[in-house]
Amino acid sequence: MTLIWVALALAIGVPIAAAAGSEQLAWRGPVYILAGFAGIIALGLVLVQPLLVGGYLPGLSAYRGRRAHHWIGGALVLAVVIHVAGLWITSPPDMIDALTFSSPTPFSPFGVIAMWAIFTVALLALLRRRLGLRLRTWRIVHIPLAIVIVAGSVAHCLLIEGTMETISKVALCAAVLAATIKVIGDLWRRRTLRA
Amino acid sequence: MTMVVLNRRSLLVAGGSILAAGASGLLLPARADGLAPTETMSGGANNYRKGAAIVERIGKGGFWMSGTVRRAGDGAPLAGQRIQIWAHTTEGQEHEPQSHGATLTDKDGKFRLEMPQIIPIFGQPHGHLAYDSGEFKTVFLRPVMRSAKETSLEAHFVLQPA
Repeated sequence: MTLIWVALALAIGVPIAAAAGSEQLAWRGPVYILAGFAGIIALGLVLVQPLLVGGYLPGLSAYRGRRAHHWIGGALVLAVVIHVAGLWITSPPDMIDALTFSSPTPFSPFGVIAMWAIFTVALLALLRRRLGLRLRTWRIVHIPLAIVIVAGSVAHCLLIEGTMETISKVALCAAVLAATIKVIGDLWRRRTLRA
Repeated sequence: MTMVVLNRRSLLVAGGSILAAGASGLLLPARADGLAPTETMSGGANNYRKGAAIVERIGKGGFWMSGTVRRAGDGAPLAGQRIQIWAHTTEGQEHEPQSHGATLTDKDGKFRLEMPQIIPIFGQPHGHLAYDSGEFKTVFLRPVMRSAKETSLEAHFVLQPA
């Protein structure tokens, strides 16, 4: 029962702890360090999202799970903003290259696309009631964007050579992919059962 | 009758060959084809500080940046060319003055400058080099190390007249 909570805590906690022990930190300024960890935390939050929405976390009611999904979504936006702002302060030309898709680093476009997908989902979620989006319509919009966020974030993270330790990084990415595939599969099955 | 199709590509090709013919005609009358000039790499000029001083060594050293400078066309080595080098190292960030230095090529067009160990920044362990002295066209390079553990890096310039 609590096993999944322990696994979740490890999946997010171990990569953060491993990165905190990285020798790279010695050569980085505080803003750069903060930006890096905001990125790792953002990836951790991306793992929590499908688990919440799929109701896989024991002890959380469907209602509370969805409320938490909203708040974690907000936290994800904040983490991404800190990540981008911190990197901008660290090296403005490199960040501008990334945001304009003219960066030499292959991982940058994945991250920037995922960022815009995150901002789009967050904005639409805020406006959902005002726009009168029904659940079906909302899912048609949100699920493809969620796939973009997950695929973009994972590709972005895997291609970066930074403070993250490789095994814990790959494990976190695999968990993010597995949770996303699981929740999309479950939503699909529920849909076909209802129809 | 011959149809002449003018489009962007044919214009570029024609323009390019006229330019190349003109340039090589000026420089190397004996050779029709030759070594192509090095293009500036994307992101190469990031955190550049104009006019880095010629130094024996950047900081405490321990890492070697080396390469060659040759002339486009005939590939002749260019001696006495000033190459500026900077990177995020164990002794400073890319934009900081102490991370920058310059060196001159020897008679064989080779350069070699000792600098502190390069470490990954923005997700890749990489260095920056510039030729920006005016005689030839400015070129910025951004070579990436195969592994962050490597203790040397190479970059090669093929310059064309400015």
